[in-house]
Amino acid sequence: MEILACARRVPDTSENEIELNSTGNDIERDDLVYSINEADNYAVEEALQIVAKVGGSVTVVTVGGEDDEEILRREMAMGANHGILISDGAFSGSDGRGIATILKAFVQKGNYDLILTGVQAEDGAAQVGGMLAAMLDYPFASLVTSIEVLDAKKLKVSREIEGGNREVNEIDLPCVLSIQTGINEPRYVGMRGIRAVASVPIPTIAASDLSLDAGTVGETAAKVKRVDYFVPALGKGAEILRGSREENIEKVLELLEAKGGLR
Amino acid sequence: MVTAVTVAQSIQSPSQATYWFIQGRILFLIIHLLGTACFAYIVTRRLIPLVRGERDLRLDQPLVRLGNVLKFWLGQWKHPRYRFAGTIHILIFAGFILLATRAFSLILGFSDSVVVSPAIGRLYDIVKDYATTIVFLCMVIAAVRRLAFKPARYTVPAKFGQAHTADAIFLLGLIALLMVGDSLFAGSKAAFQARQGQTVDFLAAFSLPWILKNALLSVSLPALQNLHLSGYLLHDLTFFFLLCYRPFGIQFHVETSLFTIYFAKLDREILKPVRWGVSDDHLDQVKSFGVKTFEDFTWKHMLDFYSCVDCGRCSDNCPANAVGRPLSPRFLTIKARDYAFQHYPMFGRAGNGKALIGGIYSDDEIWSCTTCGACEQECPLLVEYIDKIVDLRRGMIDDGNVPQSLQKPLKALENRGNPYGKMEKKKADWTKAREFQQTCNVKILDGDNSANTLYFVDSITSYDDRMQSIGQATARILDYVGENFGILGAAEKDSGHEVRRFGEETLFMALRDHNAEAIKDSGVKRIVTADPHAYNALKHDYKDIPPVEHISQVIAREVKSGKIKFSPVENGNTYTYHDPCYLGRHNGIYDDPRHVLDAIPGLKRVEMTRSRDRSFCCGGGGLMLFYEPNEEQRMGVKRVQMAAEAGANVIVTACPFCMVNIEDAIKVAGMEGRMTAIDLAELVEKQIVRESVKAA
Repeated sequence: MEILACARRVPDTSENEIELNSTGNDIERDDLVYSINEADNYAVEEALQIVAKVGGSVTVVTVGGEDDEEILRREMAMGANHGILISDGAFSGSDGRGIATILKAFVQKGNYDLILTGVQAEDGAAQVGGMLAAMLDYPFASLVTSIEVLDAKKLKVSREIEGGNREVNEIDLPCVLSIQTGINEPRYVGMRGIRAVASVPIPTIAASDLSLDAGTVGETAAKVKRVDYFVPALGKGAEILRGSREENIEKVLELLEAKGGLR
Repeated sequence: MVTAVTVAQSIQSPSQATYWFIQGRILFLIIHLLGTACFAYIVTRRLIPLVRGERDLRLDQPLVRLGNVLKFWLGQWKHPRYRFAGTIHILIFAGFILLATRAFSLILGFSDSVVVSPAIGRLYDIVKDYATTIVFLCMVIAAVRRLAFKPARYTVPAKFGQAHTADAIFLLGLIALLMVGDSLFAGSKAAFQARQGQTVDFLAAFSLPWILKNALLSVSLPALQNLHLSGYLLHDLTFFFLLCYRPFGIQFHVETSLFTIYFAKLDREILKPVRWGVSDDHLDQVKSFGVKTFEDFTWKHMLDFYSCVDCGRCSDNCPANAVGRPLSPRFLTIKARDYAFQHYPMFGRAGNGKALIGGIYSDDEIWSCTTCGACEQECPLLVEYIDKIVDLRRGMIDDGNVPQSLQKPLKALENRGNPYGKMEKKKADWTKAREFQQTCNVKILDGDNSANTLYFVDSITSYDDRMQSIGQATARILDYVGENFGILGAAEKDSGHEVRRFGEETLFMALRDHNAEAIKDSGVKRIVTADPHAYNALKHDYKDIPPVEHISQVIAREVKSGKIKFSPVENGNTYTYHDPCYLGRHNGIYDDPRHVLDAIPGLKRVEMTRSRDRSFCCGGGGLMLFYEPNEEQRMGVKRVQMAAEAGANVIVTACPFCMVNIEDAIKVAGMEGRMTAIDLAELVEKQIVRESVKAA
């Protein structure tokens, strides 16, 4: 099975202290560390596990700049066969639809049976997967928590439903799936693994390679524009229980029950 | 069985006698040749995996190694740590050594005396008679102990298979039989001589052969002759059966222990390299890291598996085992040995390179180890555990098989140089707390400042709110004793101590190289740290950096020199000192912290039963804080209970990780208000009599 996993490089929320810049329209980007978007990493791991079972290859693609190459190397160190960087000055400022347009053009140049995206980027809006599927006229399932290959034409996927339930669907290939974190346990990649793929060439694809009309991507085509970015003011503080241990246990149980945390 | 004995003759020796129409000389020659050939074949088969194993350079420092043999093998140094069992073993061992001469003389010369001088001969006879008797009695005691008293450390948990009792009893029985055969041989001869009125061979009074001689005095001469010849045959057959049976179980240590101890690791603090003989620069060319299949173990580690006697002392002291984590060092070895026996059989093709993780070991088992070193401290045969655990982890890291709980901190270490993912620029924030900064100014050695001494703070003390107090106390002490010191600040990355011990060698090397460079650039002459893990890393894992000391050593020295004086403790508390593994067991610093505590007037200190080199790990440091083990109880809770049993209500430690674990454990154990923990540096800093106070 030929699988394409779409990935994105984001500031790692656990390793950065996100602060607003002075103009207040973006975060302070000096001194940030980046990593692959967590859900995308799960998508790549899932792709690798599928290929390990049924054969094929995994390609990881990202739309971005030179710096974004590092996540492609990391995923190749995990075992992805190819990494491809789609980069062009014309793409900067693209909104979700723009990114989906770029990816659609890329998908159409290849021959992929299955396209995986993370459920959402940590700094994103969870829109590219769905739009890409629509543009390609492929079936789409979101929040996927397990994938089973039934045959060359069909998958069985389960999806997370609000409230902790799951539904199971059959879906025809080719299709697009957005992968929920927790679908698997992504393997660890250390410096040694990355070093081993350090010299593997990563092809860069530009707008012209994809025969993209510059008017359909980038800032000019973006129909969604960020106008503000802020840290919400802290709400009322937590309730501190100040009784004896037994009283507190009683109270916690009571609260959990009242808020639906216990059944 | 034997041809009739003619009247008034001396007893027939086994070589002269005829057994089932075969002349004794021939029969025993056949038995000896067959037995020796079998043994040689079995040992050769056993050596196959060792030849296939990884390299391990163990030929250096022959004199030190011989010293180890004298101390740990001949001297049985570790045995008395378990008083009763150890004494029994020393007696058996001594008996074996003494009887070995006898056994070889019996087997090779068919004569029961190899000694030339009659006086020495007599002395040797006394010694060997009693040796035989003592070994026999020890077998009885050991069997009774196994069957009736059943020491807990011999039990086999269900998950590790069936009890090993039957095998143990069988072996004890064989050795007892060996002693009986030998004694029967000598006793029946003496009885024969006595009945014939001949000069009776000397037998030591109340020894086993002596008792047998006296018991047999009324037996007929032909029967005595038969017993004499049967005793020899019994001894001979048992000897060769045992010889060939030993390589199939724990008794193999009789042959292998000498080698295991001679080749034992000499520098225990330094971890085994990823591959022996491959320098750091060439590591990238090594295809696979660590141990993934049995054949990835080094030959010495395989020899360890053969030598393990299943005594259970390692697991009896293992904190992971004590709290119900899936790890038991004893079975780490036993499972590997069983694997070797199964996959390297006596006949047929050997070895198949199956993955160990998911095969005989589980992931959790290997991540459960805190590398506290209690097992290695205890093992009478100096079996190495930490290197094997780390090698298995290296293999898991290389395969990407790492729990999610550890992946985050490892990635943060790669990106930010600390497991918390905190910003580098905030590394020195603990020095900027207002109250602290007003009284103690800590220099940051960033090129503009220079100092004689570097205080290496490490991640947890720099970033953890609670542990920053240890950093501040340490800085104040250094300041007080007039040390010209500074810290690296943002340039200091994690020492990488646990990174290395969790098997991430490449990341460790990056952290080490970065820090070593930063330390060199700072131009300091010496290093002090309050973190035993950092201390151990800087002292043993780093190369070509200035000498390093733990703060407890600095304090002890300054107390001795009189520079540090303490005001009395007047709170009625009872203190106990918890030895951090990487200060105590791994670096032998037991006394300095205790001397410091004892120098504080009025401080009442008690020792926990498990202290010094038997200290019980608090739960582990560094990355272990992130790992979520399967356990029934926290190690720290057990430790806090031990402190309470000792009658203490304050636990003093000298390690920030111990502090995390012990403070958490006090809460988990519900002992808040009844037990507190304090770091040695914090306590010292509180009790120092300052100049200003002294002046006033």
